Amino acid sequence: MENFLQQLINGMTLGSIYGLIAIGYTMVFGIIGMVNFAHGDVFMLSAFIALLVFLILTQVLGIAYLPLAFLIVLVVAMAFTGLWNWAIERVAYRPLRGSFRLAPLISAIGMSILLSNFVQVAQGPRNKTVPPMFTDLIHVTDGPLSVTLSYKQILIMAVTAALLLGFWFLVQKTALGRAQRACAQDRKMAALLGVDVDRTISLTFVIGAALAAVAGVLYMLYYGVVNFSDGFTPGVKAFTAAVLGGIGSLPGAVIGGLLIGLIETFWAAYFSADYKDVAAFSVLAVTLVFMPSGLLGRPEVEKV
Amino acid sequence: MAAPNDRPRPVLQTALVDAGFAGLVTFGLSFPLLAYRTEQDMQNQLVVEPRWSLSLVAVVAIFCARLLAGLIQDWRARALAIPGALVAVYGGRLALVADPATGAGVACVGLALLAIAFPLDARLRHAPAQVARSEAPDRGGLFAIGGLVALFLFPFIMLAWLGPAGSLKWINNFGVQILIYVMLGWGLNIVVGLAGLLDLGYVAFYAVGAYSYALLSTTFGLSFWICLPLAGLLAAFWGVILGFPVLRLRGDYLAIVTMAFGEIIRIVLINWTDFSNGYAGISSIPRVTFFGVPFTANDDGFATLFGLEFTPIHRTIFLYFLILCLALLTNAVTLRLRRLPIGRAWEALREDEIACRSLGVNTVNTKLTAFALGAMFGGFAGAFFAVRQNFVSPESFTFIESATILAIVVLGGMGSQIGVALAAVAMIGGTEILRELDFLKQIFGESFDPAQYRMLIFGLAMVVMMIWKPRGLISSRAPSIFLKHKRSVAGSMVREGHG
Amino acid sequence: MSRWLSDPLLTVEGLTMRFGGLTAVSDFHMSVGRGEITALIGPNGAGKTTVFNCITGFYKPTQGRLALARDGAVSGADLDALTRSGRRFDRADRLFLLERMADHEIAARARVARTFQNIRLFTGMTVLENLIVAQHNALMRASGMTLFGLLNTSGYQRAEGEAVARAVRWLERINLIERADDPAGSLPYGDQRRLEIARAMCVDPVLLCLDEPAAGLNPRESAQLTELLRSIRDDDGVSVLLIEHDMSVVMQVSDHVVVLDYGRKIADGAPQAVREDPKVIAAYLGVDDEAEVIEAESEIARMAGETP
Repeated sequence: MENFLQQLINGMTLGSIYGLIAIGYTMVFGIIGMVNFAHGDVFMLSAFIALLVFLILTQVLGIAYLPLAFLIVLVVAMAFTGLWNWAIERVAYRPLRGSFRLAPLISAIGMSILLSNFVQVAQGPRNKTVPPMFTDLIHVTDGPLSVTLSYKQILIMAVTAALLLGFWFLVQKTALGRAQRACAQDRKMAALLGVDVDRTISLTFVIGAALAAVAGVLYMLYYGVVNFSDGFTPGVKAFTAAVLGGIGSLPGAVIGGLLIGLIETFWAAYFSADYKDVAAFSVLAVTLVFMPSGLLGRPEVEKV
Repeated sequence: MAAPNDRPRPVLQTALVDAGFAGLVTFGLSFPLLAYRTEQDMQNQLVVEPRWSLSLVAVVAIFCARLLAGLIQDWRARALAIPGALVAVYGGRLALVADPATGAGVACVGLALLAIAFPLDARLRHAPAQVARSEAPDRGGLFAIGGLVALFLFPFIMLAWLGPAGSLKWINNFGVQILIYVMLGWGLNIVVGLAGLLDLGYVAFYAVGAYSYALLSTTFGLSFWICLPLAGLLAAFWGVILGFPVLRLRGDYLAIVTMAFGEIIRIVLINWTDFSNGYAGISSIPRVTFFGVPFTANDDGFATLFGLEFTPIHRTIFLYFLILCLALLTNAVTLRLRRLPIGRAWEALREDEIACRSLGVNTVNTKLTAFALGAMFGGFAGAFFAVRQNFVSPESFTFIESATILAIVVLGGMGSQIGVALAAVAMIGGTEILRELDFLKQIFGESFDPAQYRMLIFGLAMVVMMIWKPRGLISSRAPSIFLKHKRSVAGSMVREGHG
Repeated sequence: MSRWLSDPLLTVEGLTMRFGGLTAVSDFHMSVGRGEITALIGPNGAGKTTVFNCITGFYKPTQGRLALARDGAVSGADLDALTRSGRRFDRADRLFLLERMADHEIAARARVARTFQNIRLFTGMTVLENLIVAQHNALMRASGMTLFGLLNTSGYQRAEGEAVARAVRWLERINLIERADDPAGSLPYGDQRRLEIARAMCVDPVLLCLDEPAAGLNPRESAQLTELLRSIRDDDGVSVLLIEHDMSVVMQVSDHVVVLDYGRKIADGAPQAVREDPKVIAAYLGVDDEAEVIEAESEIARMAGETP
């Protein structure tokens, strides 16, 4: 039982990271119907930006107070990753909008290769290890249930929850959110009604990247290691999460992320760590075969 | 965005503003990633070192490139000017930071390119627009025969020209390597190009083929010629098994599920060590024989049998012809199938699945045959890969392989056989050539390692080529049957399928 | 006794179709007479296309029996026996229960072909290829499931020649023989409509279902369409079921009209009788919007004026 609770918390932590990345996939898919393959690498890029900013803050500027450094890292990483994704959309995807449907996908795969190799060339191929942070543990010892929580995990879940709330507000309550949903429904009609479609799509990429950057910061914090090739697997898992939750659905992305995180963690804990990815992918395949629009996606009635 | 005034802003001003903006964005993008570098110090601690000059170079380079793109309209002149500017900027930095003499030389080369580009642009801009070519006589057949002859002569020409040692690299790294991807591209073309099913896990079938040969030959001692068809059949079998549950899925879901299958197979190969020997892979797979005659220096070897002096190039040339024949077989079968009801049904499926069903086409079976056939050719290619390397490991079957093959198909122009072949030559040949650019070290200095930028340029090329030709190199479609005139269908009419 | 009652080709009984909470069609009965042109009309959103999609297998009906007696009238006992047996069609291939069959099976086995409201041609394939794909199943058999085709046997070549000949006959009938090698997507709208009908006819159907075949046609093209439909009924002996808004076309060609409103049948009979049915007039007039009322009135006046 205590192991179960422990794994539940570990799984939720991992799932938060996946969920944050998954939102980027699901938003972009919702608005332009494109699988943004480079999103995983944008996440990896953000982890590197976070790493560099953290090192600059502590070594060059000499900020020793960790929570302050963490906050600055978070904000700066969100801003610069947003800029990156804005530029990527502008250069690699916008010229292909409305063109052959596979062209943006190939462009995105190319971008993914480009980004990971750019980071490899610019920062070197070796693992970058950061000093451990927020490592204090809390032992929740309460009779038969004893669960250990680290500050890291609390921080990750708290930051995720806070940012998701903010993001939810942004999408549901603001003009930008309305424009976004309008574009997702019918881009042409939205344009006719005076929505600046280009701007809305750009902002979607920026927001998606900012959330991926949060995931990147948390990932760096949690694992303490980043590598240029770290984008692919979390990217694929997050995409899986987005599809599992029902692609196009924002709550679906978060729930899908949590589910993938939990499945992976529990599988690793109770069955075999080697096959944890197989478990996540199998769940995806089974869900899609029996529930093709995911958990929360709108079922698509075939228009004849 | 165009300003609301009547007079357009002067070209130079617009270009400067755009370039300034691009430079500013580049500065932002380069901020932590280029401007700082992390290194491990003596205590194995990460330390950060500033590197602002590189960031500055990037800003100047992008500024120049954007400025030139704004000033020069003709794409040919741009293709000359922008690399010229980049070379000039690099040379400038080299001159300032490290080596003034070579730096100045490099900068001069760049400036010379720039100097040519401007008058070229002016000339091309005022040249009369090319009149659309009237229907040229169909010389496709002639080209095909010429190409075939060239392909068959290629190893002998290289051998005669460079000798056994010098030609090995060209026949192996360029000939065989490119032909493997041509074959894989043609195999996937059945699935993606003809049937319009987006398969992101094609490498799984390549892996099934490779491991089939590796395991069957090392465990049961079966020969390559028995294993080759078996590998194809096993891959096709897996294609059916994996395809059956998922082929009713909508396009993007099909893509992600096939990708997941590709990853699952790779993970299983890594972890099921009893079966596949895990990461270590399977080594000492029997090499290819000349229909039973081994390529060895022994008395019963190929060289002795044919009275030749032994050299390893014999085997390479044999492998070259083997993959050439396999690829041509793939091509012949595909071309024939296109003219049969099943092939037409594939293309109809790509165009409109609902209409297909209204005409009585069993879409699940039709998709499955496409999937299985594509998988079969992938399996053949996999068996060939194993016999060529004598070693297989899961490392060779990563997602990037699937992505590369898919990129070849899309870049070639979906459905076009010759387009796929051209794209394979461009993508694979291009990256192989990047390995050969050691002479650039003499220009850019010893610290410049072109191989390091190989995948970076590969990714960049994918993006650039898609933007340049979103529908691929050959986008028009040749009809499978005609009454009076064979007229190809413009790419804009052809649909790319639902998945 | 009317043909559709004495010798029905298709009998729809108690058809109900629900999408989630919405009932698009409820307890709908109709029959299509053998060798007749039957029109299914009704205001927008009445559920006509839903009925069509149920007949052609694109939707699985929530409830109901759709029996197709392909080669001649079938006794009620036979029909009940088949229904109880749980099978999709009888052993002699005469009687089909469409609600149990998949869409492609309905086209291939029961031989019901259809067109679509928004034309669904294979735009990137040539006009000729479109008609050849329609003969897919026959050609698949002739190619021995591709095997003989790969060997290019004479049997397969002959079958392909016949398929081309059939396509050419149809292209001549619809005046598109000159465009045979052009991509279907390059044809003008009216030609695309006719090509879609020809493509459906190449399936060799016993029942041809047309979803608004006259939509977007000019008067001359409408007249051509009327001719074509009559010729399909009289020369090819194929029964036709059509959804149509153009009342002049409906009144000119149909032998039997069924009116649907809010998912229920409100009238069924000969065109003359249906036109004078007060319930039908009310359905077309019974709209709140002023402009629509005027439009409906003028439409009724027009259809009264145009039919002798």
